[in-house]
Amino acid sequence: MDIHEYQAKDLLAGFGVPVPRGMAAYSPDQAVYCATELGGWHWAVKAQVHSGARGKAGGIKLCRTYHDVHEAAKNLLGSRLVTVQTGPEGKPVQRIYVETAEPFERELYFGIVLDRKAERVRIIASAEGGMEIEELARTAPEKILQVVVEPAVGLLAFEARELAFGLGLNIKQVAAAVKLMLGAYRAFRDLDATMVEINPMVVTKDDRILALDAKMSFDENALFRQRNVAAMRDPSQEDPREVAASQFDLSYVGLDGEIGCLINGAGLAMATLDMIKFAGGSPANFLDVGGGASAERVKNAFSVVLGDRNVKAVLVNIFAGINRCDWVAEGVVKAFRELDIKVPVVVRLAGTNVEAGQKIIRDSGLPLIVAEDLADAANKAVAAAKAA
Amino acid sequence: MAILIDKTSKILIQGFTGDKGTFHAKEAIAYGTNVVGGVTPGKGGSTHLGLPVFNTVKEAVAATGANASITFVAPAFCADAIMEAADAGIPFLVSITDGIPAQDMMRVKRYLRRYPKESRMIVCGPNCAGVISPGKAMLGIMPGHIYQEGRVGIVSRSGTLGYEAASQMKALGIGISTSVGIGGDPINGSSFLDHLKLFEQDPETDAVLLIGEIGGPQEVEAAVWVKDNMTKPVVGYIAGMTAPKGRRMGHAGAIISTAGESAPEKTEVLRGAGITIVPAPSEFGRTVAQVLARKT
Repeated sequence: MDIHEYQAKDLLAGFGVPVPRGMAAYSPDQAVYCATELGGWHWAVKAQVHSGARGKAGGIKLCRTYHDVHEAAKNLLGSRLVTVQTGPEGKPVQRIYVETAEPFERELYFGIVLDRKAERVRIIASAEGGMEIEELARTAPEKILQVVVEPAVGLLAFEARELAFGLGLNIKQVAAAVKLMLGAYRAFRDLDATMVEINPMVVTKDDRILALDAKMSFDENALFRQRNVAAMRDPSQEDPREVAASQFDLSYVGLDGEIGCLINGAGLAMATLDMIKFAGGSPANFLDVGGGASAERVKNAFSVVLGDRNVKAVLVNIFAGINRCDWVAEGVVKAFRELDIKVPVVVRLAGTNVEAGQKIIRDSGLPLIVAEDLADAANKAVAAAKAA
Repeated sequence: MAILIDKTSKILIQGFTGDKGTFHAKEAIAYGTNVVGGVTPGKGGSTHLGLPVFNTVKEAVAATGANASITFVAPAFCADAIMEAADAGIPFLVSITDGIPAQDMMRVKRYLRRYPKESRMIVCGPNCAGVISPGKAMLGIMPGHIYQEGRVGIVSRSGTLGYEAASQMKALGIGISTSVGIGGDPINGSSFLDHLKLFEQDPETDAVLLIGEIGGPQEVEAAVWVKDNMTKPVVGYIAGMTAPKGRRMGHAGAIISTAGESAPEKTEVLRGAGITIVPAPSEFGRTVAQVLARKT
């Protein structure tokens, strides 16, 4: 789960990470009020969207007067910001962050990630701030400093110090950088983050170190014990189809094809999408209906899949282990009776109680297309979508 | 003896008396698995399904001689249950639980390093379908009847895609020595590589089917090892050809976050290591059959 910059800064500040002073605003008048409260002569007005590269996309405006702040806020709020990371549709700007703009001497990079290879937390730092770290890893990997943290003891002060000296900081700056790094690590660990990125981390003229931008992502599996973080979810930044699916506790990812998919198990779902592609079609979504799929759950899944206007045919592919084919078949029939389904539906059932499930489908008298196996299912779904 | 489990395995069920533990314990027993008891803290001393219940794993091991365990413990408490089993000397554990925080698994992996490698507990999962040695024992949630007894090993991240492969193989009369689920989480107990090494040593396995997916480094790590060390043929598939970058495809670990983690990239590495690629998910059975025919 992602959060906004202002939320990440608020969380990090709670762990002793120095950040510029700022306030979130929802209207141009409120933005001006924030600027007066913050004081000073220069402010950054920053669009709050779940994306990096906001500056290049015009999402960050430097302002010298209250009038500038008002204009910047007016232009940003209500717009959709299109960055290289958002796709052409962009993301809606519903909040802005007004921050005191401080002059700085150097821009550095600092990041923390969950490293799947090491199965540990990895700290990454570089003197090349402001750049995409993936870009840097490709072009100049020698400029990236790294520490893999021993989980039993956490990030140690000497490790942070080595990184800080490695960035070429003077002794006063090193002390400030160590404080920032240790604080950011504690935030990562205590809040079950999967990523913290401070890019740029800046050095001010008076030897302070500040998190000028901040991004955090969190482990969805740990949100049950991170209520404060969970409350920061902003559905406006997510695909509306996925928000609808999450209300039914369904795992859904919207794609741009025309065959709606309703499958049990993430692996079989990915493979079914592959199969549709091999058969010459394109999937409209990934959807894992999950184990123990009741008739109600299957009906809900149908309503989510059909909520996508591009869907021209639906493919149901179930290999029942803990599921039962008869429950799924009842769900398909229920969906047909209760929802207004106008597109062809292909059903492939296998595994536990398959005969009972197929009987329910046959006896329903509904215009369902029965498929024998995975290839047959994909071919029939592609043919049905093309005919529609 | 296949790998990991067989008829002689004495199996403990952690989270025995809950709904899921009860349901799958019954299924495992019906399959012929040697379940010796279970653990539910607070219910020690009672019996469930005619088997003894213990408060702690240590008590259960002392009383039953259990040498394998399966956890049906809620995500918030499961890491603790896994470490408890390791400390009680259980050599092999399957964790079905979906939803364990990644940092909890990081701590589990660190904790397991307290034990010397030769006596370190092997963990399958979490978020997996478990392990089955057809005709011998089942330590998981899979439908046992879709697996035919035989001489091909399967190691898969996904449960359901493993079922798909096993049933395609059965339709062609191809049986399985052991099918191992390693689970869909970003940090898991054991990797493709760990199980390929076991299959390579197993006299009852002739070939291995590896079913991977997008995200993480483990398929590539396995392929590198296969190239130089594996004498048995390996067949492979990577699911998620259509997955967009940065999107989580159901499994917590199925996300392309960096270069080399997409399905086409991993498939190329597997191919380069001499692994026979399954051309489409409908072709698991036929591809394995071709490789077996070539071998004899």
